[in-house]
Amino acid sequence: MMKASPAQDKKNTLQDALASYPAQLAGYDEMWSEKKGSIHPHWQALMQDLSELGGAELAKRRIETRRLLRENGVTYHIYSDPKGQQRTWQLDPIPLVLSSKDWEAISVGLKQRARLLNLILKDLYGDRRLIREGLVPAELIYAHNGFLRACDKIRMPEQTPSLLLYAADLARGPDGRMWVLGDRSQSPSGVGYALETRMAMTRVMAEEFRRTQVHRLSIFFRNLRSMLASLTAHRTDDPRVVILTPGPHNETYFEHAYLASYLGYSLVQGEDLTVRDNKVWMKSLDGLKQVDIIVRRVDDSFCDPLELREDSHLGVPGLLHAARMGNVIIANPLGSSILESPGLLPFLPNIARKFLGEDLLLPSAATWWCGDKDALAHVLENLESLVVKTIDRRKASIFCHQLDAAQLDSLRQEILRTPHIYVGQEMLSCSTSPALHQQALVPRRVLLRTFLTAHQNDYDVMPGGLTRVAQDEHTLFISNQTGGLSKDTWVLTDKPIHQASLWPNIAQIEKLVSREGVLPSRSGENLFWVGRYSERSEGLVRLIRTTLSKLADYDDYRDESDLVVVQHLLKTLTHFTLVMPGFSDMADQEKLRNPDAPILDMILSRKHPSSLVSTLSSLMQSAYNVRDLWSVDTWRVVDDIDELIQGLGNNSQNIFSLPSQLDKTLSTLMAFTGHSQESMPHEHGWYLLNLGRRIERALQLICFIRCCFVQHSGEVPEHLLLESTLVNHESMITHRRRYRSIQHMFTVLDLMLLDGRHPRSLAYQVAKIASIMDTLPNPKGAVPAHHLTPEQRLILKVHTDIRLADVGKLAAVAGTHGVRKSLAKLLDSTEERLERLADLIHQKYFTHTQRAKQLAPTRQEMP
Amino acid sequence: MKFRVKHKTRYQYSAPVSMCFNEARMTPLNTLHQRCASHRFVVQPAPEAIHKRTDYFGNQVTHFDILQSHQEMSVTVISEVEVVNRSQQSLFSADYPWEGIRDMVKSSSNPEHIALREYVLASPLIPLLPELEQYALKSFTPKRSALESVRELMGRIWTDFKYMPNSTSISTPLHEVLANKQGVCQDFSHLAISCLRSIGLPAAYVSGYLETLPPPGQPKLEGADASHAWFAVHLLDSGWIHFDPTNNLMPADQHITVAIGRDFADVTPLKGVIYGGNEHDLNVSVDVARIEDL
Repeated sequence: MMKASPAQDKKNTLQDALASYPAQLAGYDEMWSEKKGSIHPHWQALMQDLSELGGAELAKRRIETRRLLRENGVTYHIYSDPKGQQRTWQLDPIPLVLSSKDWEAISVGLKQRARLLNLILKDLYGDRRLIREGLVPAELIYAHNGFLRACDKIRMPEQTPSLLLYAADLARGPDGRMWVLGDRSQSPSGVGYALETRMAMTRVMAEEFRRTQVHRLSIFFRNLRSMLASLTAHRTDDPRVVILTPGPHNETYFEHAYLASYLGYSLVQGEDLTVRDNKVWMKSLDGLKQVDIIVRRVDDSFCDPLELREDSHLGVPGLLHAARMGNVIIANPLGSSILESPGLLPFLPNIARKFLGEDLLLPSAATWWCGDKDALAHVLENLESLVVKTIDRRKASIFCHQLDAAQLDSLRQEILRTPHIYVGQEMLSCSTSPALHQQALVPRRVLLRTFLTAHQNDYDVMPGGLTRVAQDEHTLFISNQTGGLSKDTWVLTDKPIHQASLWPNIAQIEKLVSREGVLPSRSGENLFWVGRYSERSEGLVRLIRTTLSKLADYDDYRDESDLVVVQHLLKTLTHFTLVMPGFSDMADQEKLRNPDAPILDMILSRKHPSSLVSTLSSLMQSAYNVRDLWSVDTWRVVDDIDELIQGLGNNSQNIFSLPSQLDKTLSTLMAFTGHSQESMPHEHGWYLLNLGRRIERALQLICFIRCCFVQHSGEVPEHLLLESTLVNHESMITHRRRYRSIQHMFTVLDLMLLDGRHPRSLAYQVAKIASIMDTLPNPKGAVPAHHLTPEQRLILKVHTDIRLADVGKLAAVAGTHGVRKSLAKLLDSTEERLERLADLIHQKYFTHTQRAKQLAPTRQEMP
Repeated sequence: MKFRVKHKTRYQYSAPVSMCFNEARMTPLNTLHQRCASHRFVVQPAPEAIHKRTDYFGNQVTHFDILQSHQEMSVTVISEVEVVNRSQQSLFSADYPWEGIRDMVKSSSNPEHIALREYVLASPLIPLLPELEQYALKSFTPKRSALESVRELMGRIWTDFKYMPNSTSISTPLHEVLANKQGVCQDFSHLAISCLRSIGLPAAYVSGYLETLPPPGQPKLEGADASHAWFAVHLLDSGWIHFDPTNNLMPADQHITVAIGRDFADVTPLKGVIYGGNEHDLNVSVDVARIEDL
């Protein structure tokens, strides 16, 4: 056992670490050779290091990796969805080590398999020799729902492979050979997790990693980039590559966003793309930009509602025809999911001999296709020891050893009804590898996903991969569903390691300099809302704080003027959160005496879309929608906001425990603002973020001033309200410096509304909005260059009214009703115009996504 | 026989459609028995581009996108087709016992026979139902001639099922048609195909037009015809033999073939994706006129 034992002042030794390991073995182990009774040589160095670290230290490092992954937002779940399971990607700190010799054989086999699958893919959507010459049973292809007839004869450019990206799940059998359990060919996932896993490991196990000569992963990504760039070399020297994601609700959305930002591609959803003239275009803030290559993470049948699945909202109508016309390349091409059919496995050796003239190097898990009479008999006879799968993914795999006799029998009947859609597969018992359990090393079964990319007429294998680990010693078979416990894969090398940069050399870079990253309209819209929600949250937190502190004052002193102030603040809060009727009825004394419950509702209720918690959730959601645009540090702060939401949600219903949490929320929001201001380039996205922020701040201020001052509330209460206004808007000190000890309606309105130098004032927000409107692009031909756009006109009017305003008039109370009419007028017209401006911005820049729907079908119903 | 077919489809929307993407399978095929002499394809409003291609099944597909806002779209297709009488054909077709065809398709290594296996499997709109297998076997008795059996099956469907316009929709599943014993030509064709495939015979769905004649003494009404559908069985050496279960006859020279596929989904005359539009009003008219009459 591996124990940290501070009592004994004894060094941790390898013998201690491995004392009970061999006894737990069942089958082939990656680290321990049962035959020799010793560690495999390529594990020697690492095991020595690990044993010196000791179990306690390793456990500490595991916690550290968990923290790193969580902070970097590495998830396998939907963010901030109270219903969704929180499934952070979990990392075992003990890597799987593979010797360079072992790896060499594996990569040669993988490359051969990729070449073979590429030829099969080309054939199935081309001449179909495989079917005609009987190399593959016709039913296996014809009955597969991934054989997309609409994709027939769509060709890649000359000399270009069809299978551009490929992943294979490998496991080592009891004989020590690597077996292929499954092929992933349509949009293989996992590369991002592999990369992030490596990044976490190089921090947590930095020393050990450095001492061991391990292959770097970055070269794989460089090859991937150059492969994608080379696809359209004949058309453009700077192809636009996008990653098509199903969106934030997909469980691997993290990876899509992560890869997009790592590789520098735009992350888009179906509605960000449109087809014009059989070419694919991205809707961006400054018009349509042609897309040359789509790396898709959307399943192929969902990619085009015109020719493929009609009910899909994830695709782009017309995409398939654009690909057919050769105007866009999709990686992998639509229709490639057929290669994932387990039904192909028994036929691969024969196809390899025919197509490549070679024997298949990597064996596949033994598989019987039930469409064949003898194979069917074998499957029916040995059912309880097999896994039954359908050739496509219409049904989940069935592990037959878990079935009782009746279930087995009904499965037999089911297979007999349509045998050609079933296969039986041998259950391979995977090898084990050391994993950390509490503080000890234990053997756990592992499954290795390897990744390949087409590269210079062959394939390049990522030297490493994503190793998934069984949760406990009883788990024999590892599936995605059991949750994400993974480990890094260390492929050793005898040669010295060179760091490879992801980026091209200088000569190429010159062509790329000073190009603004094109922002999809949808991302722009999300950033605008990130701006609005973050400002709204911040304003709301401040107002709640101010209100609670005034409420405490009133509780302490029972001063009637304080009560009037509290009344006004609660009314403002009601307007902020739109939780009606709330405190909008100033005469409702009953509610005022017991304000806690309604206030808590305004803060915590998820039912109300504008409560603090809901606003923070909306902020999270908008930020997550543009996950690819945030720096690691910014995302860490966003993640803190998620934790704050959970924290607020768990708060017991006590209003006085809130202030400290509110303070924390405020500083997190401020940190987010700071990060986004400092780390985002001042491009369209940044302007939109700030536009949202400025508009929201202006609207909140208008609402506040209106609720508190349009109706005169008496000398003393108003004086207190002025003070609260300054405190609430962080303007006390500025006011004091400017007006000394005088505090009057004139001075406060002057500072908060008209003073263009004060960053909290209305005038300041309006000036900023005007300057942003001058910066944002105007789609071609909207207005002549010397004319103002409708948005510019609108904001100019607002700006002018504020500059012409007379503070004396604004402060003046008219008539016996005590209303400040000019103030009301200015606030109303400004508010109305700003809201109109927001509408215009929406219409001009954002996707006005109309849902695509099917043309009503005509029928053939002739008598 | 020469025909001029005018097929007009018009959509009127209650709100503007900002753009739409469409594909049409409305061009008559060139086959042994028919020649499409001329073909015009007119879309209003004018599409950005029109592309033609041949699909997986050998049918002519026309792609067109309309990118301007519109509240009405019409697709008018005018084709002149010459149909050669195929009544002779059935006489010459080698008349195997049906099991021979079934077994040949199943086990032959002849690429043409292998390709037919696609038409023996279930397809998106045609499941293989045990009830239909039983239904079919009543006509397909051991060693009986395939041609004769199919004819009888067609006749039984014609007798057992009632033609009832609007009794079904495109999404009505086959088992419902079977239960209610009524439907339209599309349903009868799907039904017959399912019967044939259940017993291992290759069967296809045919979309096209049929010349209808007015009752004696009455003038033919413009636009009274409709898009029609029937099925075909592959009898190996004789190729695809067509049967019209809605009229209980074997097409001779009044049926014009437009497209052949596994089921309606493969040959849908007009498909599209639209943005906007809200409510719609759909109007289809088909005229099949003998050119001699013009």
